[in-house]
Amino acid sequence: MSDLIEVRRVLTEVETIFHEFGPAGKKPLIRGAVAAVLKNPYAGRYEENIVPMMDALNDVGLDMAQRLVAAMGVQADDIESYGKGSIVGGAGELEHGALWHVPGGYAMRELLGWKGDRSAYKQGQGSVPKGLENGRALSIVPSTKKVGGPGTKLDVPLTHVTASYVRGHFDAMEVHVPGAPAADELVFILVMATGERIHQRVGGLRPEQISKYDGLR
Amino acid sequence: MSAKIRKTVVVVDETRIEMGKQIEPPTRRAVAMAVIENPYAGRYSENLDELIAIGEELGGLLGEQCVKALGIQPEQAESYGKAAIVGESGELEHAAAILHPKLGAPLRKAVQKGAALVPSSKKMGGIGSAIDVPLGHKDAAFVRSHFDAVEARVSDAPRANEIVVAVAVTDSGRPLPRVGGLQVSEIKGEDGLR
Repeated sequence: MSDLIEVRRVLTEVETIFHEFGPAGKKPLIRGAVAAVLKNPYAGRYEENIVPMMDALNDVGLDMAQRLVAAMGVQADDIESYGKGSIVGGAGELEHGALWHVPGGYAMRELLGWKGDRSAYKQGQGSVPKGLENGRALSIVPSTKKVGGPGTKLDVPLTHVTASYVRGHFDAMEVHVPGAPAADELVFILVMATGERIHQRVGGLRPEQISKYDGLR
Repeated sequence: MSAKIRKTVVVVDETRIEMGKQIEPPTRRAVAMAVIENPYAGRYSENLDELIAIGEELGGLLGEQCVKALGIQPEQAESYGKAAIVGESGELEHAAAILHPKLGAPLRKAVQKGAALVPSSKKMGGIGSAIDVPLGHKDAAFVRSHFDAVEARVSDAPRANEIVVAVAVTDSGRPLPRVGGLQVSEIKGEDGLR
């Protein structure tokens, strides 16, 4: 593995939600997060070229995505929404958090059955190809990022994996790693859920109405 | 009456590197939490039997969830702890009713053995309150390498009429223990202390 990658700690969190004071559904909603604490190789200085770490993160992301699905005790096909985020320690800059956009998205799409051009996606080139023949996970992976100290909480958005406009799946999960990030660390996060909000009832596009397979509707 | 559980949360925290040193195998701490309805919210009840029964139920459930999340056999568990956060319509004594009378026996079954006291903490708290769950070696409370704590928190709980109950189990002590004291190799495991 690249010498730019040093994973110090990994935290997984799985929530099983039975109800929120309304009628309990047939099956509980499972939401999960995985957070990896990495050394920030660019901490404490301005580095113009940070792309090498982005490439090196692809394997980290895939490992995290697999670890999360396993921790949730489900199959990849059971995942219906996803999101990602990053928290940059104080000696880094917000742009370091942006290193996670491509590898974080690639990792989950790969795992969930996306069949687009991997090499182009890995290199961050081109938009996601359209059409059901490209499999599930067509939606853009929603994200948040911030600079923060140890224990900083990040609200990581969740949206439907195939069509971003599916309203019942809009959600967010609060994620934090007690004690991290230190000033010279990065926390990279993936979140996934097995379904819509536990008592979703504000209308909008339903999963069974997805028809365009353009990642949106 | 069994616990009315709104949600459960299981966290596994794995440390691979500490202070630049590789930790091999990594140290791992699990925390399992249940968000339950407080049957005594908003009133004073002299008798707290329902919460005592809930504590017994959750000791087994949460202990087993921790062991499963760590992917270990029960006998591989090394330290444990417990805690509760009571929502504002409850009373601190409600946490005591869950934690102290009956939670321990089924937890010890889930981790096998467990001669040592299960260290605990409790507090009143609002939504998103965090509690630091103390950790101690399950067979000998004086084992210094295993004194630790792990944070437990559920972002949307406890609501005023809820209680967050947490059980923590590890398969290891601190990542780089080096302050002496009783060693794991010296455990007798009879009196719960040494």
